[in-house]
Amino acid sequence: MAAVIGDELTEGMAPGPSRRARPGIRQFPVWRWVILIVVGAYFIIPLVAALRFTGFSSFPAVVHQEGFSAAFELSVKLAVITTVLTIVLMLPTTVYVHLRLPRLRRLMEGITILPIVIPPVVLIVGVLQVAPGFLKSTPYLLALMYVVLAMPFAYRAFDAGLRALDLHTLVEASQSLGAGWRSTLCRVMLPNLRTAMLSATVLTVALVLGEFTMASLDLYQTFPVWIVAFDQTSGPISVAASLLALFVTWIFLLAITMIGGRGSRRRGGAEVSLFSVSRQNTGNQRTGGS
Amino acid sequence: MAQPTDTVVAPDAPGGSGARPGPALGARLRSARTLLGVLPFTVYVVLGLVVPAVAIAVGAFQDSSTGGFTLSNVKTAASGIYLHGFETTLGVSVITSIVPGIVGFLVAYAIFTAKRGSVLRRCVITASGVFANFGGVPLAFLFIATLGSTGMVTAWLTDIGLNPYTNGFDLYTFSGIVVVYMYFQIPLMVLVILPALEGLRPAWREAANNLGAGAWQYWRYVGGPVLMPSFLGCVLLLFGSAFSAYATAEALTSGSVPLTAIQIGSFLNGNVLAGQQNVGKALGLGMIVIIAIVMAAYAVLQRRSAQWLR
Repeated sequence: MAAVIGDELTEGMAPGPSRRARPGIRQFPVWRWVILIVVGAYFIIPLVAALRFTGFSSFPAVVHQEGFSAAFELSVKLAVITTVLTIVLMLPTTVYVHLRLPRLRRLMEGITILPIVIPPVVLIVGVLQVAPGFLKSTPYLLALMYVVLAMPFAYRAFDAGLRALDLHTLVEASQSLGAGWRSTLCRVMLPNLRTAMLSATVLTVALVLGEFTMASLDLYQTFPVWIVAFDQTSGPISVAASLLALFVTWIFLLAITMIGGRGSRRRGGAEVSLFSVSRQNTGNQRTGGS
Repeated sequence: MAQPTDTVVAPDAPGGSGARPGPALGARLRSARTLLGVLPFTVYVVLGLVVPAVAIAVGAFQDSSTGGFTLSNVKTAASGIYLHGFETTLGVSVITSIVPGIVGFLVAYAIFTAKRGSVLRRCVITASGVFANFGGVPLAFLFIATLGSTGMVTAWLTDIGLNPYTNGFDLYTFSGIVVVYMYFQIPLMVLVILPALEGLRPAWREAANNLGAGAWQYWRYVGGPVLMPSFLGCVLLLFGSAFSAYATAEALTSGSVPLTAIQIGSFLNGNVLAGQQNVGKALGLGMIVIIAIVMAAYAVLQRRSAQWLR
C-alpha cells in the first residue's frame, strides 16, 4: 500500500530483496526540487512584492474597516452551504453513475464541463433573467449558483477517485460481508475517496471565497466584492485585505486537510503509520516497506 | 416485473449484474428506474445551467427593441473588433492552457511522489486551491507590484541589463496577460490532474520494471497512454477557464486588450449603443459554440485513446 505514495520507489530504492538498487535514482528528488523551487518562486515573488508595497502596518487596520465582518461572514456562510450542497449532490450521483450507469460517464463529463464553458459573467445574467423573485432577494441564490460552478471540479475529483478504485469488487465484498448500502457508502467508499473528497472540498471552498464576477453582478457584498469596493477608498489597505484573504483561506484549507488527514490515519491504521516510521528511519530516502 | 431478470436484480443492489452492460438490457422499466438515480443532478443542471443558457441563446437572435427574430446580433458579433476579440481570446487560451498544463503536471507529479500527508504535499494542495481561485483586482495588483513598469522584479531585471519593457514585454498587453493567467492556471492544473495520478497503479510500474523497462519506456508505453485522456481533459478545462476569465484581464488592462469576455462584460454593464444590447448575448453564444467544437474534438480523441480503460 505504501507503494502507492510514490511510484519512483518502485524503481528500486527499497531495501527489500525483490528490488534492485539503481544508480542515478537520487536525481529524481533533485528534479523534483528544481521544479518546485522555480514554480514556487513564480508564486511567492509577487506576494513579496505586494507585501513590500503595503507594509505590515496595514494588516491590523483591515479588520476594523467598515463592512469587513459582514462581508467575511457572508462569504464563510456561502462557502459552507455550497460545499455541503455540492458533496450531497455530486458524490452520490458520481458513485451511482459509476456503479449503475457507466455508459453515462462520458455524458456526465460533458455536462459537468458546461459551467466552465458558459462564462460566469454570461451565466449570472441568464440566471437573474429567469430566477424567481424570492430567490433573487436572498444572497443564497449565489450558493445555489456556486454549486453549479463547483460541479466541474467536484465531478472530476470524484470521478478520478472512483476510477482509481475497483468499485465493483469493493461493493460486492462489502455487501457479501453483510453491509447495507449506507454502511458501504460511509465505511468503504468514503475512506477510499478521501483524497477526492478533500480536493473537492478545497476547490469548492476556495472557489466560493474568491468568486467575484457573480457576486458583484448579483449586488451582494461578499468578501472579494468588499475588497474591490474598498479599493476605491484606500489602496494599501485593500491590498492588505486581499493578501489577508489569501492567507486566511490558505490556513483555513490547511486546517481542513489536517482534520481530514487525522481522520484517515485513525481509519487507515497501520499502513500510514508504518510508512511514516520507515520513512523516518531512512531519512530522506524512500522505502517500499508495505 | 416484466422479465425474470427484474426479480433477480433488486433495484438497490449496486453490485448486481444490472451494473454492467449485459444481455438483459431490454428491460425498459428497469432502465427507467435506474435513471431515477441521476434525477436530482439532472434537475439541478437544467435549472441552474440549461434554462439560463437557453435564455441567452434565444436573446442572441432577438432584436433588442422589438423582440423579433434577427440575425444582425450574430453578424455584428462575428465581425470587426468582436472577431478580433475572439482571435485574441483563442490565442491567450491556447498558450495559457498548454504551458500551465505541462508545468502543473510536473508540479503535481512532484508532490504526488512526496509522502502522503507530508507538510509539503498539504501546503501545495491547499495553496493550489487558493491560487486557482485567486483573480481579479487583487491578482492584477500583485503583478503590477512585481512586473509593472516600476515593479520589484522589473527593477531586478533592469539592474542586470534585461529590462523586460525594452525586450518586448508589457504587463498590460497580451504577454502580460499570459504571465498573469499562469498564476491561477498552474494551480488549477495541479488540482485537477492530481486525482488522475492516483489512478496510476504501482503494480503497472512494477510489472514494467520486471519486464526490464526503464523510466522512459514506462512513461512512453504505460504511464503516458494511461494518463493521456485525463491530461487532455485537464488541459481542456484550463482552456475553458482562460477562455471565460473576466475579472483579471479587466482589472489589468482596463479593456485595452480585446478579449471576448471583457466585451461581453461591457455589454452587461450597459456601455452599449442603442439597439445592440443583445450583441453581448450573441458573443456569449459564440464562446459557447467555440468551446463546443473544442469539446467535440476532445471527445473523439478520448474515445480513441480511452477504450481499454473501461
